[in-house]
Amino acid sequence: MQGASMKLKPGTTVQVKLDWPETRGPCHIRTPHYLRGHTGVVVRHLGDYPNPEDLAFDRPAPVLPLYHVRFPLAGLWPDAKGDDTILVELYGSWLEAA
Amino acid sequence: MNILETPSDKLLAGIRTLLAVKGIATADEVAERIRITDSASPARGAAMVARAWTEPAFRELMLRDGTAAAESMGVPMRGLPPLGVLENTDETHHLVVCTLCSCYPRAVLGYPPFWFKSAAYRARAVRDPRGLLVDFGTSIPAEMKLEVVDSTADYRWMVLPVRPAGTEGWSAEQLAGLVREGDMIGVTIPKGP
Repeated sequence: MQGASMKLKPGTTVQVKLDWPETRGPCHIRTPHYLRGHTGVVVRHLGDYPNPEDLAFDRPAPVLPLYHVRFPLAGLWPDAKGDDTILVELYGSWLEAA
Repeated sequence: MNILETPSDKLLAGIRTLLAVKGIATADEVAERIRITDSASPARGAAMVARAWTEPAFRELMLRDGTAAAESMGVPMRGLPPLGVLENTDETHHLVVCTLCSCYPRAVLGYPPFWFKSAAYRARAVRDPRGLLVDFGTSIPAEMKLEVVDSTADYRWMVLPVRPAGTEGWSAEQLAGLVREGDMIGVTIPKGP
């Protein structure tokens, strides 16, 4: 929970955890599969929200920082060209310092 | 009981009964929420866009706090996820998708168009966004930056499009008539006269 405990500043380079909880059993995930393991840059802190991965199962949900993180499209897809980007909401629990 | 084979109307009736019995939501509260949801339409978002084009202070508020901007125009936002607004410029175009499911700013745009939830739209928006825009008849200059916004969590996102040329002196009401649902998702661009 490295990224969950600290507040990441805009401009920080982060890596999305290369983790596949869906292979371990029933779960609810808000981190798209196509971003796992990829590196992006924090654009802004969007606020703090209860973890939907717990809310979905009616478990006590710790409040996590939510960030807007930007990724170059060319880093995600082998056939992507140019400077286009993708901006995604990710919880701190999924982010690690890169 | 196999929940997958139970008729949906019976499941819905069961859930409504449970909500009432457990004191979570009364029938009246459910009916009120349905009324609010049904009354939302892209006309609300279009009115916000037109006002942002004509009132700099409202534009600033809308970009800083979409929820407050919507509430200031009488849109009920209580209990709903925060509304974020993405500003298109001459340099950057935004395209909104929810690859996980169907997050959509219903309070200001109403029910999503049928294709918004399709697997094809969700996959192509992140994999081949420029090709997808071409299929919508939208041409983005090669030198313009394209930013796809994948709506994955607590926010709901709408696009504030660029005001079309040739609309100088138009009233907010006239401008709102130009703004379509797709313009606020980013699959299309408002067309001038």
